[in-house]
Amino acid sequence: MTELLHQQLALYMPEMAATIAIMLLKIVVILLPLMGCVAYLTLLERKVIGYMQVRLGPNRVTFFGIPFLGGFGQPIADAFKLLMKEIIIPDGANKFLFLLAPIVALAPALAAWAVVPFGSEMVLTNINAGLLYILALTSLGVYGIIIAGWASNSKYAFLGAMRSAAQIVSYEIAMGFALVGVLVAAGSLNLGDIVQAQRGNLLTWFWIPLFPLFLIYFISGVAETNRAPFDVSEGESEIVAGFHVEYAGMGFALFFLAEYANMILISGLTSVMFFGGWMSPLPESMTHVPVIGTLLGDGIHWFVFKIFLFLFLFLWFRATFPRYRYDQIMRLGWKVFLPITIVWIVVVATLVVLKVPPWFATPTLAGAGA
Amino acid sequence: MPEIRNMTLNFGPQHPAAHGVLRLVLEMDGEVIERADPHIGLLHRGTEKLAESKPFNQSIGYMDRLDYVSMMCNEHAYVMAIERLLGVTPPVRAQYIRVMFDEITRVLNHLMWLGAHGLDIGAMTVFLYCFREREDLMDCYEAVSGTRMHATYYRPGGVYRDLPDRMPQYLTSKWRTEKEAGRLNEGRQGSMLDFIENFADRFPACVDEYETLLTDNRIWKQRTVDIGIVTPERALALGFTGPMLRGSGVEWDLRKKQPYEVYADLDFDIPVGVNGDCYDRYLVRVEEMRQSARLLKQCAQWLRQNPGPVILDDHKLTPPTRGEMKGDMESLIHHFKLFTEGYCVPAGEVYAAVEHPKGEFGIYLVSDGANKPYRLKARAPGFAHLSAMNEMVQGHMLADVVAVIGTMDVVFGEIDR
Repeated sequence: MTELLHQQLALYMPEMAATIAIMLLKIVVILLPLMGCVAYLTLLERKVIGYMQVRLGPNRVTFFGIPFLGGFGQPIADAFKLLMKEIIIPDGANKFLFLLAPIVALAPALAAWAVVPFGSEMVLTNINAGLLYILALTSLGVYGIIIAGWASNSKYAFLGAMRSAAQIVSYEIAMGFALVGVLVAAGSLNLGDIVQAQRGNLLTWFWIPLFPLFLIYFISGVAETNRAPFDVSEGESEIVAGFHVEYAGMGFALFFLAEYANMILISGLTSVMFFGGWMSPLPESMTHVPVIGTLLGDGIHWFVFKIFLFLFLFLWFRATFPRYRYDQIMRLGWKVFLPITIVWIVVVATLVVLKVPPWFATPTLAGAGA
Repeated sequence: MPEIRNMTLNFGPQHPAAHGVLRLVLEMDGEVIERADPHIGLLHRGTEKLAESKPFNQSIGYMDRLDYVSMMCNEHAYVMAIERLLGVTPPVRAQYIRVMFDEITRVLNHLMWLGAHGLDIGAMTVFLYCFREREDLMDCYEAVSGTRMHATYYRPGGVYRDLPDRMPQYLTSKWRTEKEAGRLNEGRQGSMLDFIENFADRFPACVDEYETLLTDNRIWKQRTVDIGIVTPERALALGFTGPMLRGSGVEWDLRKKQPYEVYADLDFDIPVGVNGDCYDRYLVRVEEMRQSARLLKQCAQWLRQNPGPVILDDHKLTPPTRGEMKGDMESLIHHFKLFTEGYCVPAGEVYAAVEHPKGEFGIYLVSDGANKPYRLKARAPGFAHLSAMNEMVQGHMLADVVAVIGTMDVVFGEIDR
């Protein structure tokens, strides 16, 4: 479809411009729904946690006055309020870095979506080093936090930045090792190929052979997004709001967007790497069921469904757990996660070499080459 | 090379974990606390001085506002001090009502503490669960006194009035359908005693619910076990009382050791801790809530079977009824004298202490024979606990400071007075 559009555009503009226009269009098609999801994820969070806490959550701001959509206007009202607010730059803050930090936080959270496959052919850029790209970009987000904490010239923000730096060195390595496990299992760094390597049904996905790695990756993901119980760099009751204590208006909103975009990203990556991405959990034969057959087969709707499942876990954690102390997170990262991942990589490698069915019986892409 | 200096952090007075207006100056080496210096006085309202210029009865309302999450217990110490100076004893029914409301207050306070402590450590759901039960107890306050917080219900010589025969009901509104209101009113059909007994029956299950979220939670334990340890010897030396002292393993409870009102006739246990850390103090307070539910049930049962006066009939001390006042000259004079001049209290001094939810709350009263105190001094348990802040947090991290503030259960109304 994009080729057709490209040909049409090429009639009116130079070849290069047409390529760029198509690219921009694709970015918009990915980012607009993503931003919508981020906005409504805040509402979902408040509603879900509200019901978990025997209260209602936002239910007053209606959507164009439709009565049963009480609360649906809330994200729009919130965004509007934040846009209207003054951006206050504190005395003594490094103005350039202070304004740069929210952008540094948000940009990687959005850029990482470039390699996430939504379907077998639906991906912005199908690069072979996708996993490395993801690893590089998701680690970059924390610099936004560290810069924000440093540039704010506030002790609370500074402590938040320090905690963030300490936190990242402890779980990033475990997270990287968890991805090495995925790499060994799939034999490819391309996210699309990783999904293809899990082809089959619910039981052939990587979550069974890589179960400990899946847990560690997801927990590290929660830590990376600074969500409860790992929200030490924000630490509401300890360091007030941590790194973004001095931010107001849109500066604050960008951090907020980054946090929620990261949550969606981590949920998406978890489903790509351990839960078969866009694959249907049902066996192939189900696609022949009349009428709903196509829905039961592979498709982007399964990917979205899986993302929401993991997002729900994020919200559930927040309503359930107390907050870790930051040295305890470090202990968890170094003394628990790291050894487990290393041991499990050996286990996975053994499974791959022995071609244990149903996951590793068919030669993987790398296996075919070897 | 530049000299490495400690960082001084101003924690509060506007801070989400400052429990009001605590200003804590922390000297920190990284995140490790070297010295904690609590500054108080931001909520000072001069309660003790104000009491010197008012007839005795008119200061009862000030007592509510000392520790504003355990209102009636403060009143209790004050009216007990006056009663001891006057040498009067309230009717037994009034004593039972007082004990019942002391225990309601204890549960109110502990629920507030549990919610706030949980919130400090990051568990926010407990807070809302606690407030759900708190609402029912607030309704009991409202039913007897007309207000949800500052009740002014206890009076020298008894309590202001007998328990009501029915509980207030929820009405339907734009946001509450008839069905919802009916569900909310289900437990409110009988008298107030039925309501309280019903509460005492279902409350232990609610405590179980809080405990499932916290007691065996690994994160909760990591955050509270071995944090802010106080040895029994130090706890006594620092003047700790209440759950802070019992958490360290010292079995000391005024309700048992110097029983006042009818506590001697009631059956309840005193939980004590072992290690004296935040976790033990948490367990002690949670168990106290269960014990309070037991006491509530006993009181409700006794009160149902034994009707009678709830305040002394001595109109030099207590107001006559409205009806008497309208028809009887002498009652009118009593009423007028009582509400303008008050009553005179024999010269002398007295110290009356109650086992307040936070510890020993005492009122030291000096009377020179006039209708107002010569001097009133409130012994606030939180003051002694807060004084130990430095000792308890030294060497811990910033995140532990909030755990320790939470475990102290400080309320600035009583500390700053």
